[in-house]
Amino acid sequence: MADTGMLNAAAAVTQPLRGTLAAGPRGPKPKNKFSRSNIIIYGTLFVVALYYALPLYVMIVTSLKGLPEIRMGNIFAPPLEVTFQPWVKAWQEACTGINCDGLSRGFWNSVRILIPSVILSVAIASVNGYALSMWKFKGSEVFFTILMIGAFIPYQVMLYPIVILLREAGLYGSLTGLVLVHVAFGMPINTLLFRNYFASIPEELFKAARVDGAGFWAIFFKIILPMSLPICVVALIIQVTGIWNDFLFGVTYISSPDRYPMTVQLNNIVNSVQGVKEYNVNMAATLLTGLVPLVIYFASGKLFVRGIAAGAVKG
Amino acid sequence: MTIQNASVSIKNLDLSFGAVKVLQNLNLDIGDGEFLVLLGSSGCGKSTLLNVIAGLLEPTDGQIWIKDKNVTWAEPSERGIGMVFQSYALYPQMTVEGNLTFGLKNAKVPKAEIAKRVARAAEILQIEPLLKRKPGALSGGQRQRVAIGRALVRDVEVFLFDEPLSNLDAKLRADLRVELKRLHNNLKNTMIYVTHDQVEAMTLADRIAIMKGGKIMQLGTPAEIYGKPQNLYVADFIGSPSMTFFDGTVDGNIMRIPGHDLPLGRYEFTSQPAPGTPAIIGVRPEHVMTGDNLRSAPYTTVVEIDLVEPMGSDTLVYCKFGGQTMRVRMDGQAQVAVGDRLTIGIDPAAASLFDKTTEVRL
Amino acid sequence: MTTTDIGPNTGPRETVRRPSRFLRNLSPKIAMLPLIFTACVVFLGGTLWTVLYSFTKSGLLPRLSWVGLDQYERLWSSRKWIVSIENLALYGICSLIGTLVIGFTLAALLDRKIRGEAVFRSIFLYPFALSFIVTGLVWQWILNPELGLQNVVREWGWTSFTFDPLNNPEIVMFGLLIAGLWQGTGLIMCIMLAGLRGIDEDIWKAARVDGIGTVKTYIRVIIPMMRPVFVTSLVLIAAGIVKLYDLVVAQTSGGPGISSEVPAKYVMTAMFGGQNLGQGFAASSMMLLMVVIILIPWAYLEFGGKKHG
Ligand SMILES: Nc1ncnc2c1ncn2[C@@H]1O[C@H](COP(=O)(O)OP(=O)(O)OP(=O)(O)O)[C@@H](O)[C@H]1O
Ligand SMILES: [Mg+2]
Repeated sequence: MADTGMLNAAAAVTQPLRGTLAAGPRGPKPKNKFSRSNIIIYGTLFVVALYYALPLYVMIVTSLKGLPEIRMGNIFAPPLEVTFQPWVKAWQEACTGINCDGLSRGFWNSVRILIPSVILSVAIASVNGYALSMWKFKGSEVFFTILMIGAFIPYQVMLYPIVILLREAGLYGSLTGLVLVHVAFGMPINTLLFRNYFASIPEELFKAARVDGAGFWAIFFKIILPMSLPICVVALIIQVTGIWNDFLFGVTYISSPDRYPMTVQLNNIVNSVQGVKEYNVNMAATLLTGLVPLVIYFASGKLFVRGIAAGAVKG
Repeated sequence: MTIQNASVSIKNLDLSFGAVKVLQNLNLDIGDGEFLVLLGSSGCGKSTLLNVIAGLLEPTDGQIWIKDKNVTWAEPSERGIGMVFQSYALYPQMTVEGNLTFGLKNAKVPKAEIAKRVARAAEILQIEPLLKRKPGALSGGQRQRVAIGRALVRDVEVFLFDEPLSNLDAKLRADLRVELKRLHNNLKNTMIYVTHDQVEAMTLADRIAIMKGGKIMQLGTPAEIYGKPQNLYVADFIGSPSMTFFDGTVDGNIMRIPGHDLPLGRYEFTSQPAPGTPAIIGVRPEHVMTGDNLRSAPYTTVVEIDLVEPMGSDTLVYCKFGGQTMRVRMDGQAQVAVGDRLTIGIDPAAASLFDKTTEVRL
Repeated sequence: MTTTDIGPNTGPRETVRRPSRFLRNLSPKIAMLPLIFTACVVFLGGTLWTVLYSFTKSGLLPRLSWVGLDQYERLWSSRKWIVSIENLALYGICSLIGTLVIGFTLAALLDRKIRGEAVFRSIFLYPFALSFIVTGLVWQWILNPELGLQNVVREWGWTSFTFDPLNNPEIVMFGLLIAGLWQGTGLIMCIMLAGLRGIDEDIWKAARVDGIGTVKTYIRVIIPMMRPVFVTSLVLIAAGIVKLYDLVVAQTSGGPGISSEVPAKYVMTAMFGGQNLGQGFAASSMMLLMVVIILIPWAYLEFGGKKHG
């Protein structure tokens, strides 16, 4: 039974969030509205919230100011004169090294990486989870255990062997290669997620379908998949934010700056040593890069919490 | 009892999960049109056996024959079985009709035939008005009817039921039990039915197989199981409240228990034990005679009542007898109170004797 | 496999071959091929390969010429690696304590029947949606010595105020820490909050009946009950710390000088910048060793104990 230990370890990591946040507060109830303890609680929360909200605010106001105003003034001050020029410049003209066609290139690269990676990851992980929970065969748990242990290995350890694999396949430096890398590294957490979800589907349902003559794929497409929309959304969220925010794989497996994903390009724009530092353009670019995950975050609410808690295993 | 034209035969079946032997050298022949109930406590391997018959689990060794065909390695859908599960296992995203037709569509049955079979099943089970609904919008009883319908439309010889009624409340369970019996009378299919409810087993079964630890302890008609349990386990398991057991020795026609020598009289021994054999006698609460019945009792004595449990239709009385607390079932009208003295009669012919060491019926 | 027939005396006989175990249910095996490949070739194979090649003289290209532990000796005599390890240890300890304390405190505050809990929760958690690059860049800007926070405080009148971690090698790691905590505490808060919600409400009633104060109840009763949640958080935080890379690249690029280098960055530089593959392999193997050292006690605590109990 030693081999299942690790699985449960990984499962245990995602366990705490099962107890849903919707359960309602458990702590002691404050006695009255304006009691001293209440003021302390709200005061603390407010100050801390300020620390968390501040960077977003600074990004926004800086990106709407002109350069002279930034140099003169205070980074927390709202813009005296709102200008969208930095946004336009960040999108269209910002320079990375020699080419100056803005972040839009990185954005589209990221989109081109994101879409196939996410679709492939979710497809593969759902099939994996299904096979692992309902069609166990000799060795299936062993492979899964290796996969889950792999999730804890620092990426740096596997970076170079993957360079070799990709080079052998003629994919090194291409977007396709990067897509495959994302699929591979997204596999442990998503497989775990689907496996645990499918394990909670009553086994009898699966048995009934087998008596009804459905095979591996028929059961998957007709019975299991229609039931797994919520978990698919969670997996989608994990993958979209994870892949969009990736820097390490982008910088390692993409050889030409033309094909860099948005994060890599952003870093190159902001940390380039040439020319004058245009802080407003930098902040506009930073915000633009953060926009996709932020939109997902604010649009998906609770599912995001579930998703990232599970995704946190990936690191 | 050997079955001539067996519908389902299980031969030398072994099944282990890793090192755990769940089924051990199990042999069972089930006749055509028979209603066989597998009865046993939780974890004794009833579901496992049913799943092996259905082809949902691979046996470690042995064979399964259904309708003269070795189906040990056949797919579940190719075995000519239909199965009904405890949790109903309806496909949640399909309508009732979709649930009923899923298997037929997989088997590429022609459309007209599908419609015919669904209509028939729906009529038998009275679920016509529900066909367009999703399972989520059905009550427990309705769901179980649909689940039975799903087995029915398959038009198979053998039905397998895994505790189909245990998720229902008591009243609905009784209703559906009657319906199931009627269904069997009409359809005359072979049915293998798993339960741990004795009443279900007694009322439904042509024969009952009592299982324990992956073995069949006794196979027989409900009357045989109740009247002539073959071993201590079955004797203790069947009957509610269960038998009271007394340790003692058999001496010819006398069973000696502490304080009493019970004349065995017309007891039918399987084999006459040697004098002085340590034995156990089990007496059912309902076989202890009181009141008017006492006249026919071969042995009577007076006891003091310890505790009274009125249960409506009858009253359960606890008293000290033979160094044990004995249960006596009396009429619900009986006027008895704690401390009363009560004359009871025992007819060992209706009791069961077991060898103390082998626990087998004497 | 074997052909068996144990038909009884009655009934027909038929011999059916037991189908090959492998061919039976082939579909799941085919469907799992991507997983099998990833697990065995990419993860397992890749890891073994790297560890193996860390004992070679590989430079620009991987070469199988053994040098024993030379790479490791070089590694541990490299000033940059030592600094990286020290930095990681400092960042790691501070981040571990900081995240746990802040995460739990925030969760406990939010758990006290607060109005607007959802709003606070969204504010604390949104940074987690952002990449380390974005996090690093925005804090680089806020901590900018000329135009950022320091400047603002000085303008407010406290002219001697100095907080310039990005220019000061002594405290640069704290600059990273501020950004790291900003990004990561929200998640731990969420996990802690879920843990608090999982605690039986009767515990609070019991504590009140016994007259135990709120803070004392948290310390004496609640925290011990949340041990699994803390262990989970610990593992999550620790796994994140070892991988610390993007944040450093974006916020400080390892500077000033080498004062904010970290092991992951050392590996990347050695492998892809310095054409010094052997060093990269040795350094990444050391990172692997660190993870093993962190994980083994955890795995033991989580599973070793249970088996006996
Ligand atoms: N997949 C499995 N792996 C290991 N052991 C199992 C597995 N399935 C069942 N068992 C064990 O096999 C034994 C028999 O299980 P089974 O489900 O057949 O019991 P049952 O008689 O149906 O009980 P119940 O009345 O509770 O349904 C149990 O001890 C159970 O723990
Ligand atoms: Mg069962």
